[in-house]
Amino acid sequence: MTRLTPSAKTIALHVGVVLLLLALNFLLPEYHRGVFARVLVLAVFAMGYNLAFGYTGLLSLGHAMFFAAGLYGAGLTIYHLEWSVWPAFGTGLAAGAALALVVGFLALRTTGVAFMIVTLMFAQVFYLMTLYFTTYTRGEEGLVLPQASRVLEFPGGALDLSDPSTRYLVALSLFTLVLGAILFLVRAPYGRSLIAIRENEERMRMLGYDVFANKLMSMVLSGIFCAASGAAYAVLFGYVGSGFAAIQYSILPLLWVLVGGAATTLGPLIGTLFMFYVIDTASSYTTAHLLVVGLVLIGVILFFPKGITGTVRERWLPWLP
Amino acid sequence: MSENRKSLVNLNSGLSRRSALKGLGAAAGLIAAPGFVRYGQAQSSEPIKIGFQCHRTGIGAAYGRWYDRVTAAAAKRINDAGGINGRPLEIVIEDDGTDPKRGAEVVEKFANQHKVDLVYGTLFSHVVVGSAPAAGELKIPYYVVSEGYHVASGKLNRYCVQPGITDVKSQARSMAPWIADNLGKKVTLVYPDYAFGHDHRDFFTPAIEAQGGQVVAKVPIPPTETSFTRYFPQIPRDTDVIYHVMVGPAVLTFVKEMGEFFGSGGPQLFGFIDSLEAVDIASPGLEFLEGSHFWEGMPRYAQPDQPDYVTAYRETVGIDDNGASVNDGKDISTAAHMFGCWETLNVIKAAMEACDYKGPDDRAAMIEATEAMTGMDAGPDHPQGKKLFNGKIHQVFGEQSISQVKDGKLEVVHRTSIEDGAYEPEADYTAMSF
Repeated sequence: MTRLTPSAKTIALHVGVVLLLLALNFLLPEYHRGVFARVLVLAVFAMGYNLAFGYTGLLSLGHAMFFAAGLYGAGLTIYHLEWSVWPAFGTGLAAGAALALVVGFLALRTTGVAFMIVTLMFAQVFYLMTLYFTTYTRGEEGLVLPQASRVLEFPGGALDLSDPSTRYLVALSLFTLVLGAILFLVRAPYGRSLIAIRENEERMRMLGYDVFANKLMSMVLSGIFCAASGAAYAVLFGYVGSGFAAIQYSILPLLWVLVGGAATTLGPLIGTLFMFYVIDTASSYTTAHLLVVGLVLIGVILFFPKGITGTVRERWLPWLP
Repeated sequence: MSENRKSLVNLNSGLSRRSALKGLGAAAGLIAAPGFVRYGQAQSSEPIKIGFQCHRTGIGAAYGRWYDRVTAAAAKRINDAGGINGRPLEIVIEDDGTDPKRGAEVVEKFANQHKVDLVYGTLFSHVVVGSAPAAGELKIPYYVVSEGYHVASGKLNRYCVQPGITDVKSQARSMAPWIADNLGKKVTLVYPDYAFGHDHRDFFTPAIEAQGGQVVAKVPIPPTETSFTRYFPQIPRDTDVIYHVMVGPAVLTFVKEMGEFFGSGGPQLFGFIDSLEAVDIASPGLEFLEGSHFWEGMPRYAQPDQPDYVTAYRETVGIDDNGASVNDGKDISTAAHMFGCWETLNVIKAAMEACDYKGPDDRAAMIEATEAMTGMDAGPDHPQGKKLFNGKIHQVFGEQSISQVKDGKLEVVHRTSIEDGAYEPEADYTAMSF
C-alpha cells in the first residue's frame, strides 16, 4: 500500500470529520445533539472569522456585525415580510456581503491596532442601530420567528427546521459547505496569496499583488460566511436579538479561533466545541465559571500556544491545512 | 499580527506528548462526565423536577440571587406541606448568564438532560424571548416571572405562561389614574431607548391620555449614556411629573444629576422601582428621591397594616422590615419582583393538582389546567394580593402598590385595583395547537 500524499490525507481527514459528525446525529444523546447543532452553526461563524484573522492576518474586533447582518437579514424578512426561508437566508447573505464590502473598503485603509478600533466602532454602530430601530427589531428583547415560518421548502417537499434531527443535518450541511469552501480557498492560489499577505504584506506588494483588493475580497468572503452563520441561527433556532450584535459576539469568534487554532481549517470547530463544553460544564458546578474558563484558556495558551489544532499541526501533523 | 504569533510560539518549548495527552484526557473527562452522568440519573427520578432558569451571572445576577432564595423557600414550603400530588418538588438550577442564547441552551438542557417536568423562573425579557422557541419546540411548559409583555402579546407559544407577576403594559396603565389625580396631568417620560423603555412609552402614553392628561415630552436616553445632564433641558418647564424608568448601573448617576439639575423646586417624580431593586434607597446621592413616588409590585419595606400572610412570607424568604436579607442588612432584596417566584410555584402546584399531573405526558393538560384558572385570592399562596388570570393570553393581572419615599424608606400610599391595569387581550393562545 502506498503512503497517502498530504493532499489525500487532508481530503480523507475532512471527509472523515464530516462523516463522524453525520454519525453523531444518530449516536449522541438528545441534549448533546442539540449542542452540536448549535456549535456547528457557530463554527461557521468562527470559520468565517478565521479566514480574515487566521489566514489574512486581519484582527477584526467587529465581526459580530456580519453575524448580526445575516441574523437580521433573514429574521426581519421572515418576521415582517413573511418571506420563506430561502429568500430570507439569501437576504441575510447579501446583507453580510454588502456590509463587509463597505466596512472592508473603509477599514482596510488602516492596519493593526487602528484596524481593530475601526472595526470595533463599525460594529458598535451596527449594534446601536439594532437598538435605535427597536420598533422593528424589538432591540435587546428581540423577536421570535414563528415556528410555522421556519420551514425549508424545495421542489417535492419541505423540511421543518425546528425538528432536532433536521436542524442538525441542515446545520451540518452548511458547516460542510463552508468547510469545503474554506479548504478549497486556502489551498488555491488565492488562499496562498492571503497567507503571504499575512506574513509579509510589503513583499507581496513589491511582487505586484493588489494587496488591498485581496484583503477586501477576504473580508467580503469572511462577511458572507459569518452572515450565513447568523442567518442559519435565525431560521434554525427562531430567535433574533441585538445581543448577537454586541461586542461579546465579536470577541467570541476570536476566542474560538485562538483556542482551536488560527489558520487551520478544523480549528474553529474544535475551539467552538471546546469552549461550549467548558462553559456548560463549569457553570453546572460554580457561578464562578468564568474564572474556570479563564484558567482553562491560560492552560491552552501555555500548552497549545498555536491553538489546539495549530499545535497538533506544528508538532505532529505538518500536513494539516 | 504575525509578530504576535511568533512570540506565542516561543512559549511552546516545554510540551511533551505525554503531558499533551494527559491534558486532553483530563479535558475530555471534564467535558463528558457531569453531563452524561446526570443524563443517566435523570431516568429514575421520582420527584417532580422543576428546571429553574436562574440569572446567576450577568446583568440580572442581583435579581437571580433573590429569585433563587425565594424559590428555595417556596419549594420548601410546598414540600413541607406534602409536595405536589404527594410527590416532592425538586428544583434543578442552571445559570443562563442573563443571556438569550444561553437561555435557550439551558431550556434544552433541562428538557433533554435533566429531564425536568417544566422550566420556570426567568426574569429578563430577552432571555424569555430567546428561550421561548426552544420551550415550544420541546413542548415543555415555560412559566416565566418576567413582567414583560412578551407572553401577553401572543408572540410566543402555547407553552409560555406568566401566572405569578403582572406585565409591564398592565403596570404602566394602572399607574396613570393615580398620577393624573395626584401628581399632575402633564408628564415627561424619561426612558432608556430600547425595548424596555419603549414599552413604558407606548403603554403609558395612551393610559395617561385616557385620564385627561398628556405626555408633553419624550426623552429617550441612549443605552450607552453615562451622563444625563444634557438631556434635562429637553424637559419642558410646564411639566408636572417626570416619569422615569432608567435601569442599570447608570441609574445612581441619573438620579444624582437630576437632583443637581432641578434642586428642590423641580417637577414631581414618579419612577419604577426596577431602577432601584437591590439598591439601598439610603445610598449617597439618592437623597433627592425623598418625597418622590415609585411603583412597587410588592412593598420592599414592611408596612404597618400588612396582613399576617405577608409577614409570614417575608419571614420565610428571609427579609427584614427594611427589605434586606436577615443575614446581611446591606443585601437589599428585589422585593417588588421576587414574590412572583413564590406565587408562580403555587400556581404550578395548583395546575398540577388540577390535572392530576403524572409526568411529561400530562404537560399539555397542565397548560390547559393553567389556562382554566381565573381568580386567585390573596393569602399565603398569593401574598402580593389577589389576582385574575387570563387564560387566553396566559397572563395574570393584579393590584399594584404606589409608594412614597419618606425618611429614606418606601411607604405605600395607594393600592391600584385589578381593573386599573386591565386591557383587551390581543391574542388567544388557547386557539393554538400544542
